[in-house]
Amino acid sequence: MTPPPETRIDVQVEHKDAPAPAGKKHPNTCPKCGSHYRDDELAAALWVCGQCGHHFPMRARDRISWYADAGSFTEEAADVRSDDPLAFFDLRPYAERLSEAELNTGLGEAIVIGQASLDAHPVELAVMDFSFMGGSMGSAVGEKFSRACDSAIEQGVPLLAVTSSGGARMQEGILSLMQLPKTVCAVEDLHDARIPMIVVMAHPTTAGVLASFASLGDVTIAEPGALIAFTGPRVVQQTTREKLPDDFGLAEQNFRFGHVDEIVPRPGQREHLSRLLRLFDGGQR
Amino acid sequence: MTERDQEVNLRRRLSGLSRLPLLRGARLNGEAERLERQLERLKADTSDEAIWHSVELARHQDRPYTLDYVGRILDDWVELHGDRGRADDGALVTGIGSLDGRTVVLAGHQKGRDVKERLDRQFGMAYPEGYHKAMRVMELAERFGFPFISLVDTPGAYPGVAAEQHGQGGAIARSQAEMSRLTVPTVACIIGEGGSGGAVAIAVADRVLMQENAIYSVITPEGCAAILWRDAGEAKKAAAAFKPDALHCLDLGVIDGIVAEPEQGAQADHAEAARLLKAALVDALDYLEGIPGEELRRRRRAKFRGMGVYA
Repeated sequence: MTPPPETRIDVQVEHKDAPAPAGKKHPNTCPKCGSHYRDDELAAALWVCGQCGHHFPMRARDRISWYADAGSFTEEAADVRSDDPLAFFDLRPYAERLSEAELNTGLGEAIVIGQASLDAHPVELAVMDFSFMGGSMGSAVGEKFSRACDSAIEQGVPLLAVTSSGGARMQEGILSLMQLPKTVCAVEDLHDARIPMIVVMAHPTTAGVLASFASLGDVTIAEPGALIAFTGPRVVQQTTREKLPDDFGLAEQNFRFGHVDEIVPRPGQREHLSRLLRLFDGGQR
Repeated sequence: MTERDQEVNLRRRLSGLSRLPLLRGARLNGEAERLERQLERLKADTSDEAIWHSVELARHQDRPYTLDYVGRILDDWVELHGDRGRADDGALVTGIGSLDGRTVVLAGHQKGRDVKERLDRQFGMAYPEGYHKAMRVMELAERFGFPFISLVDTPGAYPGVAAEQHGQGGAIARSQAEMSRLTVPTVACIIGEGGSGGAVAIAVADRVLMQENAIYSVITPEGCAAILWRDAGEAKKAAAAFKPDALHCLDLGVIDGIVAEPEQGAQADHAEAARLLKAALVDALDYLEGIPGEELRRRRRAKFRGMGVYA
């Protein structure tokens, strides 16, 4: 007879090939259909599940090397780093979280900006990376995005922004909230200079980033299944006890309610962007 | 930080305070002294307690709300209702009135006084419709060259299904964008809770003021505690960590001035609180009056674009 499970001795030893704990799937396993992929398979498919079309998160550097023509990308403001103005300490110090994020992602901050060309159209890129502290926007992210606006104005080329963020970075307190008006003012300067801004909303585009520059593009496209919400479903559920629609806050619902221009799956994105850039350029190229 | 550093820091803050145009006027001299006493208290205090005291006063149920001030500060107030699209949001009131002889346009969050009114006004948490209404009156102010005043007092924008479907994030973004385009003088004052995006949506102003016991923050202390400490009960710790009080906001360059309150707080004496707020608003408008519109807009954008601390 098998003993009841709680009296069993746990002989499982942790090692690098051990299965992930229950509830936490391997990052290469599709959360929607369970298909599993090798790293190179996922990369070749632009991190889209070949079975069900689920869009896995895409790192900023990967997206840039995909969007930008080979060798065309020149990074800007790479040395801008976050500071710790409040000496913020929750369960761990903010400074420690920052250095850990930098170590784990190889990025200096949650956004990468720079000049590039896409299908020979010169463009300024500002691409967020969710792996760096949830893509949260602190002073450094706000500053880098604003500099991307300035650089686009200076070069006279469109700005292409890819958003993926949980919102403002709480560890910077009120200064992180001030990045909302800061980036909004930068976009208004861009609008005044008649420079087009195209926004690609990736999963997730929420809270402070949605409530600032992400919502101010001349054209806004979204990735399928991306969460695009000021307040996410969990908080809405908890505060209002409302029954949530199945597609609450997703790109598809946002499209239905008129908040985005188009939902474009990754395989067609580059061509879609190239078409838009050509049209904004007056069609000469 | 050593005792000595702390003292230097406070001195620096205080010298910043006395430079404020608000506190220079003879009628407010006593207030500067009182603020100095308060700074001394703050220094003696563990300061975490002082911050939490502000949080409690900012949310005090007897604290004056926008319409309490409007009644005492403005003459000839006419409320304007509706966003001309979908609804009239009671959480954000707008209208036109006369301040010290000038016609001004005003928008402010409005919490409710009793249970029914609180429900009707969603506790001061606006839907996108509220921000659309605010944008509508901002345009009105711009068209006629009236100064625009906003009074901020909200826990945050309403977190609901319909609010999301109607585009809460976009409405907050566009309301800030509209404020950054205005060429009329704009003054914002945080009069209670300045909660996150819902607050900053109407606070992109030439002069941003804050009442002594108001708070201005990226998230509620409870929300921050729930996320970072995984326990909403740690709100006090969270507030101490992210410092939403007026002095810290001034220190960080987020606001331009502090508006004094009656000794016990604004809830203790509405009339006196209104008198002090009115004086501060008039001072701020006097200060902005001579500046050409384009220049106002340029300086406003430059101010907000300079916010933040990075390496």
